Amino acid sequence: MSNTDFVLAVEGLTVSFDGFKAIDDLNLYVDRGELRVVIGPNGAGKTTLLDLICGKTKASAGSIKFKNTEMTRLPEHMIVRAGIGRKFQTPSIYENLSVFKNLEVSFPRGRGVFGALGFKCDDAVQAKVDEVAAMIGLADRLDLEAGLLSHGQKQWLEIGMLLMQDPELLMLDEPIAGMSARERELTADLLNRICQNRSVIVIEHDMDFVARIAHKVTVMHQGKILAEGSMDKVQSDPKVIDVYLGH
Amino acid sequence: MTFDEIFHITLMQGFAGLSLFAVLLLMGLGLAIIFGQMGVINMAHGEFMTIGAYTIFLMSALTEAYAPGLMQAYFPLAIVCAFLAAFAFGWLAEWALIRHLYKRPLDTLLATWGLSLAMQQTFRSVFGPKEVSPTLPDWLMGSWEITEGLDIPINGMFVLGLTLVVTGGVLLAMYKSRWGLRVRATVSNRTMANAIGIDTRKTDRLTFAIGCGIAGVAGAAFTTIGSTGPTSGSLYIVDAFLVVTFGGAASLWGTVVSAFGIAQTQSISEFFLSGSMAKVLTLLLIVGILMMRPQGLFAAKVRR
Amino acid sequence: MDAIKHWLTRGGYGSLLILAVLLLVVFPLAMDLFRLNLVGKYLTYGFVAIGLVMLWGYGGVLSLGQGVFFGLGGYAMAMFLKLEASDPESTKIQSTPGIPDFMDWNQLTELPWWWEPFNSLPFALFAVVAVPTLLAFIIGYAMFKRRVGGVYFAIITQAVALILTVLIIGQQGYTGGVNGMTDLRTLLGWDIRTDEAKYTLYFVTVFLLLGSIMLCRWIQLSKLGTLLLAMRDKEDRVRFSGYDVSMFKVFAFCLAAALSAIGGAMFTLQVGFMSPSFVGIVPSIEMVIFAAVGGRMSLVGAVYGALLVNFGKTYFSESFPDLWLFLMAALFISVVMAFPNGLAGLYESHVKPWLTRRKAAPATTPEPPAPGAETTANIASPTSSGTASPTSKISISTKVSSQSA
Repeated sequence: MSNTDFVLAVEGLTVSFDGFKAIDDLNLYVDRGELRVVIGPNGAGKTTLLDLICGKTKASAGSIKFKNTEMTRLPEHMIVRAGIGRKFQTPSIYENLSVFKNLEVSFPRGRGVFGALGFKCDDAVQAKVDEVAAMIGLADRLDLEAGLLSHGQKQWLEIGMLLMQDPELLMLDEPIAGMSARERELTADLLNRICQNRSVIVIEHDMDFVARIAHKVTVMHQGKILAEGSMDKVQSDPKVIDVYLGH
Repeated sequence: MTFDEIFHITLMQGFAGLSLFAVLLLMGLGLAIIFGQMGVINMAHGEFMTIGAYTIFLMSALTEAYAPGLMQAYFPLAIVCAFLAAFAFGWLAEWALIRHLYKRPLDTLLATWGLSLAMQQTFRSVFGPKEVSPTLPDWLMGSWEITEGLDIPINGMFVLGLTLVVTGGVLLAMYKSRWGLRVRATVSNRTMANAIGIDTRKTDRLTFAIGCGIAGVAGAAFTTIGSTGPTSGSLYIVDAFLVVTFGGAASLWGTVVSAFGIAQTQSISEFFLSGSMAKVLTLLLIVGILMMRPQGLFAAKVRR
Repeated sequence: MDAIKHWLTRGGYGSLLILAVLLLVVFPLAMDLFRLNLVGKYLTYGFVAIGLVMLWGYGGVLSLGQGVFFGLGGYAMAMFLKLEASDPESTKIQSTPGIPDFMDWNQLTELPWWWEPFNSLPFALFAVVAVPTLLAFIIGYAMFKRRVGGVYFAIITQAVALILTVLIIGQQGYTGGVNGMTDLRTLLGWDIRTDEAKYTLYFVTVFLLLGSIMLCRWIQLSKLGTLLLAMRDKEDRVRFSGYDVSMFKVFAFCLAAALSAIGGAMFTLQVGFMSPSFVGIVPSIEMVIFAAVGGRMSLVGAVYGALLVNFGKTYFSESFPDLWLFLMAALFISVVMAFPNGLAGLYESHVKPWLTRRKAAPATTPEPPAPGAETTANIASPTSSGTASPTSKISISTKVSSQSA
């Protein structure tokens, strides 16, 4: 396989669970600075695809190259350190810690056992926390226990925790699930801002939201890619209409 | 040594392994249901076996005192009683303790350990600290001499037979009966099972009690091999857990296979090493393999 | 002044200070040597208990094999002491003088090669910590790298405890068997059985324990402590923040093992023997209950837990032997069902609000006392002094018999 300019190049990716192919010979390329939205009916393999890229699930075959480095055999934490961040479907934050601590712990320094023992919260960390907190709109909530945040704020906090690490590829699984209309708008703005200097993959069902943020849309169906392109092009694709309405 | 003698020793050694297999399987079966299917860590499992053993002892004493003529026949009935006694205590334990602790496996472990201590002390207070043995019917004694120099002990065969019956019964019940279906449904998706009208709480209690009842039968069977003391149960508990874990916790067949493998390893290595070193070697092997393959021998593949 | 106050409350060192006063001043003044030696012995379990606070309370990993590490530490110490006690002069009646008596009884004619290095105290002290830590590292690395945790880890560690016990008992020529290593006398010529030595060893134990608590407290307050807590609740989030979760668990397991081993070594020194009855499944689970009773999240609480349960055990198994197991059973069950955070938790939820209210009324709201401090002390001290009186005859043998039962 050749080197590419893509930040992420997935080729021939297959994973099977006892013969059932959840992802079947899938190819996907994501550009630098691109915001890609992956849509598809339930069970299409969207979350499994993210699981494979971030190493949570091991691929049966195929390759995942991030900046031309093979990722399929790396352990999860090494994939993260290479620059891939992943947000889970349900907000996954440390509920008992303060917002500040949540962000501080995500700062990419002192990641080894003894590094963590010697970690000090210096000015650089403080500045980064302030910067990210301002970005996700939680600057005035830093001392609050994270469990007390609203659902939408928890989603933002988790995005913020990823931003602390400045990942080059950010993967968000249904980031606006359970958000109010106002929060959705804010999230759309946030996503548009954070994809300025990094690539983002978003799984989403809400078509209005997708239209607001997507540079390009990938439609998945039964572990394969059904269609890819701009929102308009995908929406008018007869195959896509068939999958969404026909079944 | 003639060829015949070697052949006989091999056969008898093989049978010793089979006896141990029966013992391990009987111990493991009840736990495979409770731990494997329900995910409950019942550290008092050994004490439920002891309940069964003491039931046999009681029945033999009662028969001896009031109906000595029935000495030859009481044993099968006593086994049923052992099942019922352990079943009843299991039902009670689930209601009083276990049901509050589902989803907190480590806490269940500590609480059932407490339960086991209380049960041990109860045994000690009721039956005394000394080990007891029931008077066994004559037909369980002695051995079956197939040919010259080839003796198969009858109690060993009895335990083996009982194990086969109980195992067959459990497998049938689990895969053919309504109860088994309910248990499997509850195990794989509790919420969904509830939604389609399975009373999962009742299923839990029944399942736990049946697992304990089988432990009672195991304890009953062991009275034919050895004596029973207040702390007898605690000797078995680690072995029982290893049998189930090694087999792959959710698989009943795994329990059967792992009991067989462990028993043969142990009895073969006992032939070459001292008893304690054979035990160490077997345990080391199990732990070593579990470290390499934590899911056990038989594991279900599920898309997560 | 404010700086000290801040240090005491923020780091939770206030409760540590109270514990220190209790152990260093109150107990030595209030107790005779016999009881103080008993406290010293119980405090060695305190090492195990604070290790469990780090591993179980903070790391969320329950080990049922801490007796293994306690035992290995204790045996490493005992091996040195046994060799010193087995000089050719004092063993001249043996058929092979100069080797430990149990080896002679088991027809060994020379010291096994792996005993040789234990002639050196520095090596023995090194082995006390290194051997258990290495074992913990191997077990932990193999298990945690494969994501084995929770119940399976508990069962495996329990199996390890069983293996080691069977091994020690089975290989009596090398280990002293079921009796263990007894008749330990001197440490570099210093008789450890004298009153003066017992006092000294008590204070060494206390200082080591207080030092260990401070070390653990420091770890808890570092980013590592935060990560351990974070992992316990959201392991995947920590992993996908770029941390190698398994290594943090391995660290916690090794730390708990090392602490247990130090406890074991101090046990050997104070009690003068080591036996497999401190290694197996039963003692290992009992060690968990020390931490659980004191509070699985509280270091200081865990020490009180170890003291309280052991005093209770000694008292009841002497006076009401039938009751003790029931009481222990009740302890296990109630600690799970009723007060999962142990004494420290009860203090936090009941006594501390009450204290704050009382203090808040007259004065100008002073800072609340540090967690786990005064009440646990109040609960612990009357019981310990109260229970100690009828126990003047408690000997090691009752301890052994009740543990092996």
